[in-house]
Amino acid sequence: MNLLRKGGVTAWIIGALWAVTMSICVAIVISFSTGRPLAPTLLSAAALGGLAGLALVARKGEGLALGRWLPVGGAFLVAIAAHIWDGPAMRGTAETGALWMAVAWAGFAATVAGPLLVMLKELQPGPNSRHDFEAAVIRFLTGFGYVFFTAIVAIPFYVMVMTSLKSQQALLANPLDFSIDLSRGTDLFRSYVELFRDFNFGRYMAISAFVSVATVAITILFSVPGAYAVSRLRFSGQAVMSRSILLIYMVPMIVLALPIYIGFSMLGLRNSVFGLLLIYPVTTIPVALYMLQGYFRGIPAEIEEAGLMDGLSRLKVIWKITLPLSLPALASVSLYVFMIAWNEFLLAFMLLDDPSKFTLTRGVAMLNSSEIPRQHLMAGAVIATVPIMVLFLGLERFMTRGLTAGSVKG
Amino acid sequence: MTSTTPPVGAGPLQRREARLAWGLLSPTLISVALVVILPLLAIFWISVKPVELADLRAPAPVVRDALRGSGDDLRLEYRLRNSSQEQEVRNVVLTATLPDGVLPAGDLPDACTLEADRLTCRFDLFEPGHRDRLALPVTLDGTSADAAKDALRAAPATATGESDNVLTDTTFTLDNFRKVFDGGEFWSVLWVTLFYTVFGTIGALLFGMFAALLLNKSFRGQGVLRGLYLFPYVAPVIAVAFTWVTLFDPFSGSINALLLQMGATEASINFFGEKPLALIMVTVFEIWRYFPLSFLFILARMQSIDTDMYEAADMDGASPFQQFWYLSLPQLLGILSVLFLLRFIWTFNKFDDIFLLTGGNAGTRTLTVNVYEQAFALSNIGAGAAVAVVIFACLILFAVLFFRFLSREEGL
Repeated sequence: MNLLRKGGVTAWIIGALWAVTMSICVAIVISFSTGRPLAPTLLSAAALGGLAGLALVARKGEGLALGRWLPVGGAFLVAIAAHIWDGPAMRGTAETGALWMAVAWAGFAATVAGPLLVMLKELQPGPNSRHDFEAAVIRFLTGFGYVFFTAIVAIPFYVMVMTSLKSQQALLANPLDFSIDLSRGTDLFRSYVELFRDFNFGRYMAISAFVSVATVAITILFSVPGAYAVSRLRFSGQAVMSRSILLIYMVPMIVLALPIYIGFSMLGLRNSVFGLLLIYPVTTIPVALYMLQGYFRGIPAEIEEAGLMDGLSRLKVIWKITLPLSLPALASVSLYVFMIAWNEFLLAFMLLDDPSKFTLTRGVAMLNSSEIPRQHLMAGAVIATVPIMVLFLGLERFMTRGLTAGSVKG
Repeated sequence: MTSTTPPVGAGPLQRREARLAWGLLSPTLISVALVVILPLLAIFWISVKPVELADLRAPAPVVRDALRGSGDDLRLEYRLRNSSQEQEVRNVVLTATLPDGVLPAGDLPDACTLEADRLTCRFDLFEPGHRDRLALPVTLDGTSADAAKDALRAAPATATGESDNVLTDTTFTLDNFRKVFDGGEFWSVLWVTLFYTVFGTIGALLFGMFAALLLNKSFRGQGVLRGLYLFPYVAPVIAVAFTWVTLFDPFSGSINALLLQMGATEASINFFGEKPLALIMVTVFEIWRYFPLSFLFILARMQSIDTDMYEAADMDGASPFQQFWYLSLPQLLGILSVLFLLRFIWTFNKFDDIFLLTGGNAGTRTLTVNVYEQAFALSNIGAGAAVAVVIFACLILFAVLFFRFLSREEGL
């Protein structure tokens, strides 16, 4: 442990790990954006990074301790060996081209040196305090975390969008090439045009929008009075009610979907948007009720009592006092319910067979067939994702509050 | 002198309030009863019935009518058949309306009667797969054959009948449960479910906590990153699941191409098609998709922790890891355990993700996927319902735990 806390050793290890991360990142970024082959050479990247780390710490020191120079020498040896067998940090082929190799190396140097400067700024050569050592480790972990999470979230969405803009041949020829051929002009959006023209996606979008908005409206209509009753009115069973609401949330959809499928088959409600609208709101009412009752509890009862004293009825109080005060909560709940309804897949998949009545998610599921090219499927995924993302980014404040209020407060 | 005692029982105001409360709750209660409670009861009923997918279409007589022949040989023909090859249909009644200008020109078939232009034919029994043909000689009076055909098409004959419905009769069987528990399959399904649930839950919590620690400080772009990290949860499952399938495709997937090019693997890997790997991949997907939820809750909790405590700890010389371990973690324990319970149950209930990624193949069939598999792929609705009952039993167990926990956890 004490050896680990020596400035040189810490810097060497952090530098090596960071450089490995960065060489992989740069290689992926260059590969995914240009389609040119580029592979990280981890050993040499580690050696280079370790060296950079050492240099950054050693410049602060004056005395030359043997403990500092041993790893330096080792790093040099490994680095030199790696340089001979492999490319430094990254290895390309003739296809990669000198220009992109230079870009890659420049990117690698910048992304290693810059963050390392910050990570190692408090480290001294020789023994460090536990506080400084851990601070450096945490700064490394933070940097790694940002890169890691951003990568795992961004890559799938990047691939989704880019695949939808490619042609079938280009995809098969080089699955890594996500560069956009701008010379194709509007032809880039061919998959989208075909989806809207030949696959009826405009209609599916309209149906999805209608179903989602109707679900929100019905949910609010049902859950506001319920939430008010549970949070404000005294009656026996109030405590049981406010708790058992969440229990409904625990019933798996597939367990309900089977009998609903059977019932709808017999009643002839399958293949109808009306049938969906009978089910969707009920899956969201309990959540909405739970979220709203939490919010209603936070509104001072005195305001409502003043309304009652002035001669308003309970329903008028809800309409004129409670609802205007809880507009932000209503926005959160609506957004959350809209998201659930828009994204719902299982029921739409089981209950709808008629292509003229598909919702958007059901329409995308239809595209998952070997006869339909991949870029159409991805274009469908983009069409399903974009509206909800736009809504979400525009109203993120409400969304996050809605999500957190949905289950736990404080 | 009257003694003043406090009123006993509920006063009129209180009763009115309770009535109003139940009134306000009733739309919710009724809809939940119809869509949740009723199907749950139905599941128990179906699970002890020998129901196949084909039984959902009740056997019924089918009739097609046509005007055939010409001149003297002109006749109205009704072809009847039993739609089912397995079950009989009783008390079949054919009802047809003769078009205007079409007059009967001979004897009616034995089973039929004619009142004005309404033709009614009755049959006691149609055997399974039974077919029948009725011919009624007619003449035309003041109308053409084409016009009569159009009129027939506008008002076709109808047929009704009675048949047994296996869903509503009184035959019961335990075969469904026997089938579900038969052989080693059930235990492998249970094992897959547990693996998926436990590791999916823990993984999502750990990654959520890591992400929350990253964003628990204010810097420029914090809002953007927070929005970005919520993407997997907000996007439709169908979009992200198909993206993963595309990304990890063994032939044209980018990840395989990347691994090959980096020399990490010799041959392309079938991520969603090989036995142990597929299960790991769907669990990873689960973690990826749901870490944002835990992240959001944990972050909300972290931001409500008083910062004074950390300043004091800093003064006392506590290192960052010590601060996390001794100060933050105990504060987060409440939310972590609530999240664990909720996520555990929800992951246990999860169906769409695995269904879209692997369809339950390559050793990824969980209990919920098994419901679909039994009911629709194997067309045995009864067995599917039996699996659903098993799921429900597990859930009741969880619910008991949950309630016991809730009573202790005041935060919720």
